[in-house]
Amino acid sequence: MTTALRASAAPSTASGIGPQLKDAGLAALVAAVLLAPILGMETTPGPDGRLTLAFHFDLVAIGVVLVFLGRLALALFLRGRPPVRAREGGAVSAFVSRNAAWFGLAGLAFAIALPLLPFSSRYVIDVATTVVIYVMLGWGLNIVVGLAGLLDLGYVAFYAVGAYSYALFAQWFGFGFWMCLPIAGLLAATAGVLLGFPVLRLRGDYLAIVTLGFGEIIRLVLVNWYEVTGGPNGIADIPRPSFFGFPFTRNPAEGETAFHQLFGLEFSTLHRVIFLYYLALALALVTNLFVLRIRKLPIGRAWEALREDEIACKALGINPTNTKLTAFALGAMFGGFAGSFFATRQGFISPESFTFIESAIILAIVVLGGMGSQIGVVLAATVIVLLPELSRELETYRMLFFGAAMVLIMIWRPRGLLAHREPTLRLGTATGATSLSARGGGP
Amino acid sequence: MLEVENVVTRYGAIEALKGVSITVERGEIVTIIGANGAGKSTLLMTICGSPRAASGRIRFDGRDITEMATYDIVRLGISQAPEGRRIFPRMTVLENLMMGAVPTDGAHFEEDLAKVFELFPRLKERQSQRGGTLSGGEQQMLCIGRALMARPRMLLMDEPSLGIAPILVRQIFEAIVAINRERGLPILLVEQNAYQALKIAHRGYVLAGGRVVMRGTGRELLADPEVRAAYLEGGH
Repeated sequence: MTTALRASAAPSTASGIGPQLKDAGLAALVAAVLLAPILGMETTPGPDGRLTLAFHFDLVAIGVVLVFLGRLALALFLRGRPPVRAREGGAVSAFVSRNAAWFGLAGLAFAIALPLLPFSSRYVIDVATTVVIYVMLGWGLNIVVGLAGLLDLGYVAFYAVGAYSYALFAQWFGFGFWMCLPIAGLLAATAGVLLGFPVLRLRGDYLAIVTLGFGEIIRLVLVNWYEVTGGPNGIADIPRPSFFGFPFTRNPAEGETAFHQLFGLEFSTLHRVIFLYYLALALALVTNLFVLRIRKLPIGRAWEALREDEIACKALGINPTNTKLTAFALGAMFGGFAGSFFATRQGFISPESFTFIESAIILAIVVLGGMGSQIGVVLAATVIVLLPELSRELETYRMLFFGAAMVLIMIWRPRGLLAHREPTLRLGTATGATSLSARGGGP
Repeated sequence: MLEVENVVTRYGAIEALKGVSITVERGEIVTIIGANGAGKSTLLMTICGSPRAASGRIRFDGRDITEMATYDIVRLGISQAPEGRRIFPRMTVLENLMMGAVPTDGAHFEEDLAKVFELFPRLKERQSQRGGTLSGGEQQMLCIGRALMARPRMLLMDEPSLGIAPILVRQIFEAIVAINRERGLPILLVEQNAYQALKIAHRGYVLAGGRVVMRGTGRELLADPEVRAAYLEGGH
């Protein structure tokens, strides 16, 4: 009896640290192999100009010891805890989703008031505009990835199509922003359908690879189609937006009224910056209202059903081809809108703005926010745009900090910041058929 | 009403159905029994157009549906409660039922919903629960309910008793009989649980090696010594 007890008690005390020690030892070994060439050897040019090799094994030893202790501390800390499981959001995200309307309104009120707040400098508004563009891109991609479950790694292609269509139509035909906006949306949606057709049968990894390729093809076309796109030089002098026909210039041309004259204000370059901010905000809001609404329509529910089970969808009379194509087209359309805005804001575009890293960042916003969550996208876009801005003082370590923060978020919330999914349909809150479609959360 | 005529279905080089002919008439429950790999599920799937029949014809209400797409066949009035239930796990019970109403464009949603809730009161209790959190039996109820939301003229069911607690199996079979009686809905049922399935069937077929090897009324098949030996002994 006593021996049995002792035997069963032993592993949890003395020998309990064994696996952790082994694990830390392994980590230290890996560190030693990596650090030996990186930290341990240095080549310096000698007096005769030849390279001499200097060894710093003290540094390597310090590094290895640090890794060993750190790994051991982590393992001991995690011991006895259940492994992190991908949960369906926590209490917090459920609370946020249930009161999405209030959080959305509060966020909107803040967004509208932002340029008027005392701390709002030109820099703050500029950064806020960037956040809003990424929110809009995130919401657009959310249709494809979050709702329809189609992993798209080439979303930036539609952003590029939107930007170049505005730039080209403005340059060649003198079209204004408001005229180009629907054209850009339409062209981007067409590009979305073009991408959609070949990938209809693909899922998961394969789909991701093809969309990645599509993004690169669009970028390469922009680089190489010199006569039209200007190649790597891009397109400059893209018309800046005017306030419904009233330009933001100090000295307007003969017969024109400038914005500051119209309202009897002192001229300030800030006017345009604030106007651009509100323009982005308005476009983003349109995107949000659209997505919220469509989620409760049959097509929106079909997207979500498709994400869950394609075979079941077919068995229920849903045409997966049309469902996927509409998701690609609509998602692309909002990317196109955002692209148009980007072009008019920058005044200059080149293929360099539309590289894979942009696609990756937009996708990271959707995943980090919690696939399908509209408020999650806002949170994630804010984090992703602000982190590098706030950590500017860290200089060279900035991107390291950024990466570490993303890793930590994914460890802390494996399904994204707000993973809770709010049902699109409820009975009992009201009677009549209207309650079926009208009921639901806010942004 | 449904005529399957000499249908051959292939998966690559393997012939899963080697010329199967069955019929389902109005108001009937027809059961197909057979061992694993006999081609039961393949037959149901072929009727639904996925995979397509390599040869032979399938007619529904006199109309040839052999070459039609699955989702169009559903819209003609053939609903299915597919193998493995395939409910949408992250969507609520109510949303799952709404997805079932796609072929009717939700025209009679409330009325049909009330009927489903009457048939399976459990679903009404669980309406705002996510599908993935239901028990196996409840998921099967949801699966059948979802198929009924399409206002089908014929219902195909693949192994509705698979992986379900025995007490719920009885409930499910009672519900199948009720659906058939009250609505006059013809049902084609594929089952491993041969005893229960033949007991409620008007007619039945025995499938083996991709061929129909025996046919008869439910009672005849239940009484047949060969059927008893192969599919019933030690079963139920």
